[in-house]
Amino acid sequence: MACFVAPAVEAVVTTVVQKVVESKEKKAELAAVNCEASLKEDIQIKGLEKAKIKLSRKLGWLNKMLWGGTALLIFEHIWHGEVVPYFPFFTAIENGDVAGMLGEIARNGITMAALVTGVWAIVCAVVSSYEKKAAHTAKEEA
Amino acid sequence: MTLLVAVFAAIITTLIWYNSEKMRKLYISTLMFIYWGASLMWLVDGIMEYAESGAEYFLPEASEMINDLFLGLCVVALGLIIWLVVLLIKDPSGVVKKALFKTEK
Repeated sequence: MACFVAPAVEAVVTTVVQKVVESKEKKAELAAVNCEASLKEDIQIKGLEKAKIKLSRKLGWLNKMLWGGTALLIFEHIWHGEVVPYFPFFTAIENGDVAGMLGEIARNGITMAALVTGVWAIVCAVVSSYEKKAAHTAKEEA
Repeated sequence: MTLLVAVFAAIITTLIWYNSEKMRKLYISTLMFIYWGASLMWLVDGIMEYAESGAEYFLPEASEMINDLFLGLCVVALGLIIWLVVLLIKDPSGVVKKALFKTEK
C-alpha cells in the first residue's frame, strides 16, 4: 500500500544528518590545515584520517540504500496500482482504507527501514574493525 | 520473483564492484547500494507475506510469476537508469564536459 513511506522519511533525515556531518568534517579539516604550530603531528593525524573512512561517506551508503530502495519500491507500487500520479496519490486513501495503509507503514515500512539500517550498521562495524587492524599493523611497522 | 531478480542484480553488481577498478570509478557502488536497499525491503515484504499465507507464498500462479519477473526486469532497468543519470551528472572521466564545452579549432 505505502510501506515505502517509512524508509523515505528515514532517507530524508539521514540525508540532512549527512550534510551536517559533512560540513563539520570540512570545518575540522580546515582547522587542522590552519594550525601551523604542530605541523608534524598534524601530518600524522591527517595520515590517520585518510586511512579512516569518514562518517559522512558511511552515511552516504545508508542514503543510497534508502533512496534507491524507496525509488524502486515506488515503481513497484505504481505497477500494482497502489500509487497513482494524481491526488491523493494512494489508492488506499481513495478507497477509504487509511487505517490499513497506516498499519502497513507501521508494520512493513518500519521493519524495512530497521533492516536496511541494521545491515548498514553491520557493514560499518566490519569496516571499522578492518580500519583498526590496518592502524594496528601500521603502528607495528613504524 | 521480483525479490529474486533484485537479489541477483545486487550480487552481480557487488561482484563487478569487487573485481573492476574501472567500474568502481564509474560509481558502480551506487547501483550496488540501490539494488541491495531494494532487495532488503522486498525481503521484508516477502517475510510478511509468508507469515500471512504460509507455504502458499512459494507456489505462485504462472501468470503471477511472469508478471513479477517482468516487474523485476523493469526494476533492474530503472536502477540502471538512475545509475546512468548519476554517472552523467558526476561525470568522473569528464566526457560530458568535453563533449559539451569543446572548442572548435
